[in-house]
This record gives sequence, C-alpha cells and structure tokens, in this order.
Amino acid sequence: MKLTCLSKGDGFYYPPCHMLNLCGFRILIDCPLDLSAITIFSPVPYDVGFEASEYLSDVPLDAHNPIQKKQKLERQLTPADLVCAEPWYKTVKALHLWEASLIDIVLISNPMGLLGLPFLTQNPGFCAKIYMTEATAKIGQLMMQDLVSMHNEFRCFHGPGYSCFPGWIKDLDSEEVPASLKKVVFGESGDDLGSWMRLYSLDDIESCMKKVQAVKFAEEVCYNGTLIIKALSSGLDIGACNWLINGPNGSLSYMSSSICVSHHAKSFDFHGLKGTDVLIYSDLSCLQSAEVTENGCVSPDLDNNYLSTIRSDKKDDDLAASLLNTEDSLEEMEKLAFVCSCAAESADAGGSTLITITRIGIVLQLLELMSNSLESLSLKVPVFVISSVAEELLAYTNTIPEWLCEQRQEKLISGEPSFGHLKFIKDKKIHLFPAIHSPNLITSWQEPCIVFAPHWSLRLGPSVQLLQRWRGDPKSLLVLEGGLSSGLGLLPFRPIAMKILQCSFLSGIRLQKLPTLFSVLQQKIVLIPDAVNQRINLAEMKTSSILNYSENKTLRVPRIADNPSVEITTDLASKFSWKKLRHRENFGIARLKGELLMEDGKHRLVTGLEQEESSGKARPLRHWGSVAPESLLDALLKMGIKGSIEHSTRDNDTKDNSVIHIANPNRGLVETSEIGTAIIAEDENVASQIFQAIDGILDGI
Amino acid sequence: MGYNCVCRNSHMDHVGALPYFTEVCGYNGPIYMSYPTKALSPLMLEDYRRVMVDRRGEEELFTTTHIANCMKKVIAIDLKQTIQVDEDLQIRAYYAGHVLGAVMVYAKVGDAAIVYTGDYNMTTDRHLGAAKIDRLQLDLLISESTYATTIRGSKYPREREFLQAVHKCVAGGGKALIPSFALGRAQELCMLLDDYWERMNIKVPIYFSSGLTIQANMYYKMLISWTSQNVKEKHNTHNPFDFKNVKDFDRSLIHAPGPCVLFATPGMLCAGFSLEVFKHWAPSPLNLVALPGYSVAGTVGHKLMAGKPTTVDLYNGTKVDVRCKIHQVAFSPHTDAKGIMDLTKFLSPKNVVLVHGEKPSMMTLKEKITSELDIPCFVPANGETVSVASTTFVKAKASDMFLKSCSSPNFKFSNSSQLRVTDQRTADGVLVIEKSKKAKIVHQDEVSEVLHEKNHVVCLAYCCPVKAKGESDNDVDLIKQLSTKISEIMSGAQIHEAENSLQVGSFKGAVCLKEKCMHRTEIISCSEAVFLCCNWSVADLELGWEIINVMKLNL
Ligand SMILES: [Zn+2]
Ligand SMILES: [Zn+2]
Ligand SMILES: [Zn+2]
Repeated sequence: MKLTCLSKGDGFYYPPCHMLNLCGFRILIDCPLDLSAITIFSPVPYDVGFEASEYLSDVPLDAHNPIQKKQKLERQLTPADLVCAEPWYKTVKALHLWEASLIDIVLISNPMGLLGLPFLTQNPGFCAKIYMTEATAKIGQLMMQDLVSMHNEFRCFHGPGYSCFPGWIKDLDSEEVPASLKKVVFGESGDDLGSWMRLYSLDDIESCMKKVQAVKFAEEVCYNGTLIIKALSSGLDIGACNWLINGPNGSLSYMSSSICVSHHAKSFDFHGLKGTDVLIYSDLSCLQSAEVTENGCVSPDLDNNYLSTIRSDKKDDDLAASLLNTEDSLEEMEKLAFVCSCAAESADAGGSTLITITRIGIVLQLLELMSNSLESLSLKVPVFVISSVAEELLAYTNTIPEWLCEQRQEKLISGEPSFGHLKFIKDKKIHLFPAIHSPNLITSWQEPCIVFAPHWSLRLGPSVQLLQRWRGDPKSLLVLEGGLSSGLGLLPFRPIAMKILQCSFLSGIRLQKLPTLFSVLQQKIVLIPDAVNQRINLAEMKTSSILNYSENKTLRVPRIADNPSVEITTDLASKFSWKKLRHRENFGIARLKGELLMEDGKHRLVTGLEQEESSGKARPLRHWGSVAPESLLDALLKMGIKGSIEHSTRDNDTKDNSVIHIANPNRGLVETSEIGTAIIAEDENVASQIFQAIDGILDGI
Repeated sequence: MGYNCVCRNSHMDHVGALPYFTEVCGYNGPIYMSYPTKALSPLMLEDYRRVMVDRRGEEELFTTTHIANCMKKVIAIDLKQTIQVDEDLQIRAYYAGHVLGAVMVYAKVGDAAIVYTGDYNMTTDRHLGAAKIDRLQLDLLISESTYATTIRGSKYPREREFLQAVHKCVAGGGKALIPSFALGRAQELCMLLDDYWERMNIKVPIYFSSGLTIQANMYYKMLISWTSQNVKEKHNTHNPFDFKNVKDFDRSLIHAPGPCVLFATPGMLCAGFSLEVFKHWAPSPLNLVALPGYSVAGTVGHKLMAGKPTTVDLYNGTKVDVRCKIHQVAFSPHTDAKGIMDLTKFLSPKNVVLVHGEKPSMMTLKEKITSELDIPCFVPANGETVSVASTTFVKAKASDMFLKSCSSPNFKFSNSSQLRVTDQRTADGVLVIEKSKKAKIVHQDEVSEVLHEKNHVVCLAYCCPVKAKGESDNDVDLIKQLSTKISEIMSGAQIHEAENSLQVGSFKGAVCLKEKCMHRTEIISCSEAVFLCCNWSVADLELGWEIINVMKLNL
C-alpha cells in the first residue's frame, strides 16, 4: 500500500486530498477546492477613487531607491490591489500531476470534498468509479449549483471573462504586487499557477453527478470483485463519512475530520472502524483549535495523564465512553447560543445581523435556535435565508432522518419534523429567497432583520451586497467563519463599523483525544500527518505503530496482514485427489484444480472447465526423499526388469552416486544421488516403467 | 446463533404480537426495523390494541406502556446497510415496496446466505417503488406467495373504475366510505382522489377518520426517500402527500347533510369507527362503500364482498340493512405469480421456499418454479422443517509464490484431437493440510520446504545420435536443421537455439563430444555419428520423447 498526501487542506471548507495505491488500484480520496483563495478577487467592480487615500502611505514612491522599494513591497494592502476580474478557482495543485485516466476509484467524504470533482470528470480520459453517500451527493450538488449561480451573477458585472490564459495572472507577476497576494496566487513554492481553473458549468456538474454511485451508511460496495468499500458516518456534517476498505491483503480505514457527538448529523461511527490493519488519520483540524495555538504543544503532563489512563487497562467501553463525553458538544451548543444572543441583542438595538456561515449543520441549528429565541424574547424580527438553493436544501433536510443524530431520529418516532425551521417557514417567520433581487424580497423586507447568506468568502453571493449595505452601521452584526478577518477577507469592505463575531466551530477530534481514540480503534499501523505528530507524543502508544506522512511525499506501508486466504468450495475440495505421505503421517496434500477468482474481496477457487483433462493423466511433478539403489532394484525386478548396481564416486564429486545398469528387456541406466535421479533409456516404455518404480519409492505431488 | 428478529413491514400480521413477545415473554435479543417501520408501528400497534379491546372486550395482550418500552429496544436500519449482528450473522435490508418501510432481508450465517422476502411488490405503484435487490449468491430464497396464481394486468383501468364509482356517488349526493388501515392503501387511494379532485375541480370534502391517518401522511412526507421515484421527483416543488382537499373528520359529521368521502380505520370493517359509520350509511342507496383489497373471513368486509347481502349481522347481534352500493377495489400491493417468478429468476437461488399463501396455488407455483427455472422448491406446512444444503468453503492461507504465479496466465496448448487451450495456473498450487493446523496453499516448488523434506529431481536423459559423421560438420547448421525438423512436426513448440544446443520447455539438448558418454545406450561410437546429449524433466515426459523421435529420423 502507498499513500500520497496531495494536500493537507485547510479547515472545514478545504478538506485534505489523498491518493492511495491499494491492491494495484489508485484511489483518490476527496477532491476539494481552496475557496479561501478567491479572496484575491475584488467583490464588485472597484471604483478607484473610492476612499483610496486612507490606505496609501505618505512616502513618495521611488523605484530607484532600494529602501523605498522594500517599503513599497511591504506596504499595506489596499482594495485596489485585489484582482478585478471574473474569479478563477484554485484546485489541489498536486492532483494535476496525476493522469486522470489512471485513477480507478474516487471516494468523496463530504460535500466540501466534492466541489472540485467536476474539474476532474471533465477530463475525457476519466473513467474512475466515484463513491459518496447519498446525502453528500445531494448536498454537494446543491452547493456546486449555488456556487455556479453566484459566479454567474458576478459575471454580469464583469462581462464574459478571458477565454484561456487569464490576463489577471500576468498582471500579478509584476513587482509592485504585494507579497501576501502573490503567495495566494503562486503558492509557497511559486508553482501554483497551474492549479487555477475557470469554474465549471451546470452541465459539468450534471455530467459529473451522473457518474456517481451514491451509497448509504454501512452499505457494502464491491469494486472489481477485489475491494469492499463502506462509508461510515463521521459526524462532521450531514452525510459526511469515513471509509473502510477491505481487500484480500487486509483492511484499511480512512478517517476524515470526525465529530464524536453531533447535534445534527449522525454521530461518528468508530465501532465500524475498529481493528483494521491500517488507519489513515487525515484530520488536521486539531491543530487549528484555539487551545493549541495558544499553548503551543499540548503540555506533557496532560499527555501522560491520558496515556496512563490507557495503560491502566481500562476496559474498551470506558475508553469509548470518554470519547463520547458531551463536553465538546455542550461547548458547541454554547457557541451557537452565543451567536443567537448576539443577534437578538443587535436586533433589539435596531441593528441587522448577517450570517455568512454556510456549514449546513450549523445553519440548520442556528435557524432553529434563532427562531426559538426570537419567539421567546417576543422580538418581531424576520429571518431571511437568501440562496439559490435554500428552499430545496431546507426541504431536503427534513426528509432524511436516516442521516441524522439520534435525538433528531427520535423526533421522527414522535412525528415531529427533524429540524424546526419547517414550522417557522410556515408561520412566515423564516423567509426563503433564491436571490437578493427576487421580486418578493422587497415586499417582505424589513430591517432590522437576520440574514443567512452565502458566500463565506465574502466575494460572491448576496453576502457581498448586504455587507456593503450595513458595514457602516455600528448597530449591525457580522457573523463570520473563523480566521477570515485576518486574511484578505474583509479588505474590500474596510473601514467597518459593524460588530464582527468570528466563530470557529468544532470540525474534528481534539488533539488530546487522539491517544484515547487510537486505543479504542486498535489498529496495527496508524498513519498520521507529520504536523500532528509534532504536536503530540504518541510514541508510548504500545498498541499500534505510528507512521508519519507529509504533503507530496509517498509513504509505503508494508503489508502486515497474514497471507491472504483462499476459499475453496467444499464441492471442489471433495474432488481433489489426496496423497498420503510415507514419512509424514500428519500431512495430507493435494494438487489444486479449478479456477481461481476474485469475488467479494476474496480469492475463491471454484470448479473450472478443464476438470477431466487434468485429472486423466495426473503424474507427480515434484518429488522429495531419496532412492536406495537396492529397493529400486527390487521394484524393477517385480516389473520384470533386471539390472545390477555399480557404486561409483566420481573424481571431483563429493556426492555419492549410484548407477544401476539395466540390461533386460532393453539397455538402460539409472543414476541416483541425494539430490536427484536421472533415467537413461533409449526405449520410451522402459523409461516410463523405471519412472513408475522410482515414483513408488519417493513421495511426490 | 442467538435470537434475532427483523420486522419487515408494519402490517399487523408482522408486528402485531411484538410487544407481547418482548414485554410479556421477555425476549431480550436485538430487534431490527426499517426507519419507517419503527416510526409507524407504534401507531399501528396502538390502533390494533384498541380494536382488539373494543371488538372482543378481551383482556389486553399488552398495554400502551408495553408498546412504548418495546419500541425503545428496536434498532432502526437503513436500506442496504450491512449489520454484523454477531460474529457469524450478517443482515442487510432491501427495498420491498408493499407498504412504506417494507424490506426484504438478506442474512448470511457463516458462508450460507438466504433472502426472506416478506411481503413485496414487483411493480411500481402510485406511491411506492418496486422491490429492488442486488444479484446475490443465495442458498435459499424464502418468498411470500399470497397471490401465487394471480397474474394482475395493468391497474390503471381499475383505478379509473374506482374514481368513477366514487365520483358517481358524490355527484348523486351520496357519501362514500372507504374502510382502510392507516398505512399504504389509504395514502395511495387518497393520492388518486386528491389528484382527480384537482383535475375535475370537485369541491366535495375528503375526510380522514382519525388523527391517525393524517399523522401517517406526515410520516410519508418525512420518509419520502422510501417512496417511488415518481413521488421523489415531484417532491422538489410539491410534496404529493400534502393533500390539498383532505380534512379531519369529526364524529358529528356522520349525520351532516351533503356528499363526502371518508377514509375510516380499521379496514375490512372488522370493528371500531369504520364499522360504526357503516351502520349509519349502509341503509341509504345513495351511499357507497369501497373496499380496498383483501378481507379476512368473518369480517363484515368479507361478507359484503362474498355476495350481495341485503342485511348484515354485526358482531353484537344487531342487523343492518345494506342498500348502499359496494365497490371492490381490486389492486393490492402484494406481488403476483409473475412477480415471484421474476424475482426467483433474477436471484437464481439454489433453493426456494414458498410461505404465506393458500396451499393449492402455492403448489401450482412450486410446479412452475421447479419445471421452468429448474430450482428445487418447497412448500412446508406450519411447523414443518425444510433442510437444504448450504454453501461452505474450505479456507486456506495462500503463499505469495502461489498467488504470484496465479497472477500471470499459464496457458497450456494440447492438440490431442483438437487444439485446446487450458489455463494451468491453479494446477501449480498444492493444498497442504497438517493435523491440528490451518490449511495452506503453496506453490509446487514450496511443498518440500513445508514438509521439511529435500527436493529430489527426477529427470530423463538420453544421448541421442542425430547425424552420421560427415566431412564438414558444423554445429550451428546441425542445430538449425534439427530445430526446423522439430518445428515442422510439432507446430507451436517454442524452440530456443544456441550455437551448439537447443531447448524446448524443460528439454535441453547439446552436441556431445565425449568419446564415451554415460547417457549413450547405443554401441555406435563417436566416430560414426554426431550425438546430442539430452535431458528433460518428468513434467515434459511425452514432449521429450516426441523430440527424440523426430531427431532420430534425421539420422
Ligand atoms: Zn404485509
Ligand atoms: Zn402480507
Ligand atoms: Zn552425451
């Protein structure tokens, strides 16, 4: 097995991307887009005179003065630096180095991992089998459609884009362009240029989705008779999954970002991942959580503490229980409640709230909590959801109880809808609109209000116009995805008087839980990203051996499973001709017959076509033991062949050779030693008889 | 194997006794149900419990609390989800049609695999899809066979008949009563009516008798992924279970003037509210009773279908005059004979067992399966045990060398009577079984090692005279000459030539210059002829002699 990490990814919206070589098959796991990179584009046609003076430094620019030149490069970014063009999209660079036609299988773990797939399926040579869960396929398709619709709307401002090589990249190569912008465009090593692509079309999405085989959780699909592939819930979001792959050479589990206790999606199914030979752990979200960045490495005390609890032979169940403790999920609920209370406060003060988060699970919970809290505070503030797919997405989420957490499944049993938004939509407290210019929006619009609007990058979609409308209003509130404000995200909207709330929601397993997790899962080999390994000491984990992998390097993993099994139908086995051995009574041996197939990930020997043919003239082809000349002479005599023994030790030969001369019925010779016997005869029949005599003395098959 | 229970659909014949089983008998093993079944069966069980108590005044078998506790033990499963119940048992559910949430169950115990169909439906109906299953390798298929000999034609004419009968009744100012169980038929017929009402712009109210069926409609809406493709596709714009013309019925409306349509539970007019309404509506010739599907003998529904009675005895001895029209709605979501044959043919199991039907028609179907599909078929009586042979495998660890040799084809050409190509890959493998150890498969070259023995190579050798000694002897020419001869006679033989030797398979021959050679049997001396010293392995015994004979001809 070989693993190549094509991209480590970056948080929830940009999951990692891996290429796996297993049993001779190439498996691509996830095909995401780095959507944070579109922040280099200017959101709307930028008016050059617009407040530009605020950003320019007072130092007059002089290209001939080296000191000033340096200053120029490090000057503050201004909105004018952003690219005024139809956005292109950044795909996984390393994926372009792989021939698309040589990929056999694509596994998509969550809707975010699907966003880049149409780029791959556009390739005429692409013929891989694509697997993802039904919910991922549906939600992912809607997100792609929404992206295309927002993009098309954007294009209305700019007119049609450049056709082939975009001019904007040429412009960015000049020295005046700030380094931070260049880094996004060209990458750390400066060769990211080829990863920028023009967005796909709705037709591309459709033809991509036609190639998808959607599966249920825990449904077994068999690829090529060889690999049994199973999606198990990861808890990250609705439909998100981890993968279990069973093949003739052992079992492997791929763990994407997982959440142990979820309040929307079906929780992390770790039981299903237990005990495989190899675990690929790809979740890097643990490095982004606040407590790690603040304290640097996890303190060794804490670390040892966790390990010692494991060493003290805690029962499996106890360990599993500690994984499922609800601390994290309570913290998540608190975050959501805080967002709601901030929005309510703003509304009370007459300010509107813009929520640009598009994680479906978070949005669904916020809608529910927000409406409930507005109702309990008896605040008459409308909630708007503006997105081309809002209506379909929200209707869909109330028809998929199988994909949700237990509490929501319980609601099905008691006859309530899975998510509370249904009732509020009916009561006209939540309003859904496909776009900001929807005809009915004007009539129901009322401020202050609370708006859920994509896109989280603040470059596309209704969020852009709403942000421009409210950015000067100190009573209004902007709820952002964490980390966005530090980058280019808010640049085109500055100065901002709005209150800003940045939220980082849990999007994986916490670092401290890793030792426990690995103890519960009990893999023989665990592959983790080097960056994770640097942060936590797993060396003392005795149960498994830990291997590191790094971006764009291929890691070979030796086979650790026993030799593969072959299953022989009892029918066929009963037709084998069994040999009893003279000197080994405990053994029975038989030559195989039939046809060897690959079925359900197993080698199987079944009745073939050539049965009678081979059984007719079965003759041992391999022998062992030794031939005593005297016994051979006796055996030959019984067949009516007479001969005499001549012992001879040849000059340089240390081995004992015996020769039996045969005179009657025909001339012949048998030369025998420790390692072998040669039959020398002119006559075919005599030779065959001698062979039979020898075969009678030796064991063979 | 422990006790495992899988409930396939929420018809009373399947889950009716479940609370009794778990709460009163104390069954403690796992219980699996599809999501819709888990959601709907509490409603059905409660309905059933009430009917039993009402009708017979019997002491209840189980209570409402029993139902609730029982349902807590149920594990909900999705279609195709593979569940490892314990080390040996694996189960998986497949879509069965029939009613919302009905599934066929695939179970694998060790190497043996069976499918139990439960009730299923091989054709798409208005709200549910047709049964859908993978092509599985099965030892046994256990099929439901309620309509074993019926072959049902298209159901559209019957749908039209039903709609026209109801329309005629309400147009004449009558009331139409449709006694029905809460699930399945009610939704199907209601969908037909709702749609027809829209198209014909009819304003007559359609009622559902209790909250029960309305609630069931809500479940249908949530569980839309379990309905037919047709329904699913419409769902983006309008959920077809959002009935536009349907309202809740109130007891006071029984005697209200004017036409209406009423769906009332339970079906078959066996007890409860539907029977009560029947008592009031049956005497009027304007009214209609439409009976969907099958009625059990002894119920009022059965009596109405059996003949055209003018009076009917109710269970408590009261008689009712029947002057209303009776319409039997014939379609029912059970599979027919053709469906059973189609499924059996598709799955091609090693054995078939038919259950859940009437004996004579099951025997006819058994005959058909045996003769047309050539599959052994059984119709066991209640309590009878059928045993069929199941698939088992011998498992052996295979060596890398064997698997490697198997990964490249090893064709053997033989032209005994006609050219035959056989793949000899597996024949290089040897199964080795050592007492009290796991079986192994090794390559033939590894056998002696496994047995801790030393290889002993048996070969044949012969120093063959191939040409009379002449003036200008050239080894290269000689080898060429022999090679040509060999290939003339043995077409297809792969001959490798060297300066003074040649090789075919394991057969090796080299010009022998020795004055006296051990491998020479003739008395002909080296001065009279040129010799080729040959040896070959036992595997190529015949091949070797053939070559020797060809070469001797050269002499
Ligand atoms: Zn049924
Ligand atoms: Zn039935
Ligand atoms: Zn010789």
